[in-house]
Amino acid sequence: MQFGIFTVGDVTMDPTTGRTPTENERIKATIQIALKAEEVGLDVFATGEHHNPPFVPSSPTTTLGYIAAKTSTIMLSTATTLITTNDPVKIAEDYATLQHLADGRLDLMMGRGNTGPVYPWFGRDIRQGIELAVENYALLRRLWTEDVVDWEGQFRTPLQSFTATPRPLDGVAPFVWHGSIRSPQIAEQAAYYGDGFFHNNIFWPIEHTRQMVSLYRQRFEHYGHGTADQAIVGLGGQVFMRKSSQEAKREFRPYFDNAPVYGHGPSMEDFTAQTPLTVGSPQEVIDRYATMRDEVGDYQRQLFLMDHAGLPLKTVLEQLDLLGEEVVPVLRKEFDSKRPAHVPDAPTHASLVAKAGGAQDSTVYAPADDVTGASPVARS
Amino acid sequence: MTTTTRTIVAVTAGLSQPSSTRLLTDRLVADAVTELTTRGVQTEVQVVELRDLAHEIMDTMLTGFPPPRLRAVIDAVTAADGIIAVTPIFTASYSGLFKSFFDVVDSTAITGVPVLMGATAGSPRHSLALEHELRPMFSYLRAIVTPTAVFAASTDWGSGATTDDLAGRIRRAATEFSALVAAHEQPAQPTSPLGDFVPFAQQLAGK
Repeated sequence: MQFGIFTVGDVTMDPTTGRTPTENERIKATIQIALKAEEVGLDVFATGEHHNPPFVPSSPTTTLGYIAAKTSTIMLSTATTLITTNDPVKIAEDYATLQHLADGRLDLMMGRGNTGPVYPWFGRDIRQGIELAVENYALLRRLWTEDVVDWEGQFRTPLQSFTATPRPLDGVAPFVWHGSIRSPQIAEQAAYYGDGFFHNNIFWPIEHTRQMVSLYRQRFEHYGHGTADQAIVGLGGQVFMRKSSQEAKREFRPYFDNAPVYGHGPSMEDFTAQTPLTVGSPQEVIDRYATMRDEVGDYQRQLFLMDHAGLPLKTVLEQLDLLGEEVVPVLRKEFDSKRPAHVPDAPTHASLVAKAGGAQDSTVYAPADDVTGASPVARS
Repeated sequence: MTTTTRTIVAVTAGLSQPSSTRLLTDRLVADAVTELTTRGVQTEVQVVELRDLAHEIMDTMLTGFPPPRLRAVIDAVTAADGIIAVTPIFTASYSGLFKSFFDVVDSTAITGVPVLMGATAGSPRHSLALEHELRPMFSYLRAIVTPTAVFAASTDWGSGATTDDLAGRIRRAATEFSALVAAHEQPAQPTSPLGDFVPFAQQLAGK
């Protein structure tokens, strides 16, 4: 079981001080949060991708590349990579490069994005969101798994004899998750490929998440990737903790009440009852999240949203201490003890290389590189 | 002999207690039930006061998901064989509460469902709001709206029997509505509880 955090990268005013961080402060804070995540023993750091204010993460591979250089164990990921409006060729190149630099500590989560104008800004039509996700991802997979690609589709210029470079590390593409809140088509897509399915979970009642995951599991089995309970599932989550429940509620309430997305709407009490948001002591968080496997079955990845709504960096780092020291070790033990042996962990680079029968880096092991069929090195 | 049962959900957006909007709703429901009974159709009726759900409706606007009580109402509306929808006329149109409710119902939820519209106002000069405000909204939702919509101004509650009085209009609308409700068939269930999805091989065709 992997535990980690995901960030939206919002630049939001701290409602208790009236101060809004600069973009520079937010970007640097994101780095510190990622480093802290590794320090407290979390397994995954994932960043969103946005192309409009008040969000800063428009260039995830730059940020993740920087974090890769400063860390050694934590897995880097996205939440999500916009498969609709990005050129799949550029995704293939950027993330293969990052995969090399991070020594394989990388996977990705595909998403369609929820900001209407981003589509036209990138020359796309939001009404074709699903079709774009389907075609672009099909091409991305081919670019990572086939050295030379001839391709023609509906949305991008055709490719003849195209090779995406660098080839994936050890000849193995990064593992891919597909994130969707309410599109059964995306659960179907994840199931078809045997990829992971991630439900953001944080803004919706758990019944809804359960239905989406259940659909994905059934279709995963239908496509012959294993039994339904072997499908690779990830969930989002959202918590705020202090030693005592009262303290947590008092401190978080102004952030809740003014938060983007749900602020000025339901009360914190209603919202915590209806969604997985948990505001309380570490024990309350443990109790709440231990029930997630009752809802969706044994799952492989739990990511928490910890740094939104204007929470100051100092507070976020304290939250990560609590998460890493008090919550995750208990949940990890709990989930691991209950998970049957036939339910796999989330794939990692090492497990994918092993599954492929070993590393196959064309530029290192082949007599001539199998990209060009030639080698710059003179043969004797 | 099998008996046929049809479910009717009446959505009423009056704000005061007692409410003339509710009064009109009850009259429309009563006549519709009587008409359907005459046709040998049993009815199950649920009357929903939107005032009671006002906060939940606005929370749904803000969060994107309905709290449990509102969700049950949305499910009932989605599964109904007929909808009676009645609003007060505010500022020349339906009330914001009435519109907000239909804004949080899925845009395909009442496709093909018979709708009987009613409205109340202080002045008879608002009567065409039913035709130029409510009818287009239900057309957008692809509901089947009866030709007769019932408007009740304050003075209607004190008018005597004439050829086209309130009672007569209610009766005519209920008759039209009942014929549509009696004939209404529930659509086939979607592929999954989350709605239909296209099998992936088909999505991928030609990619």
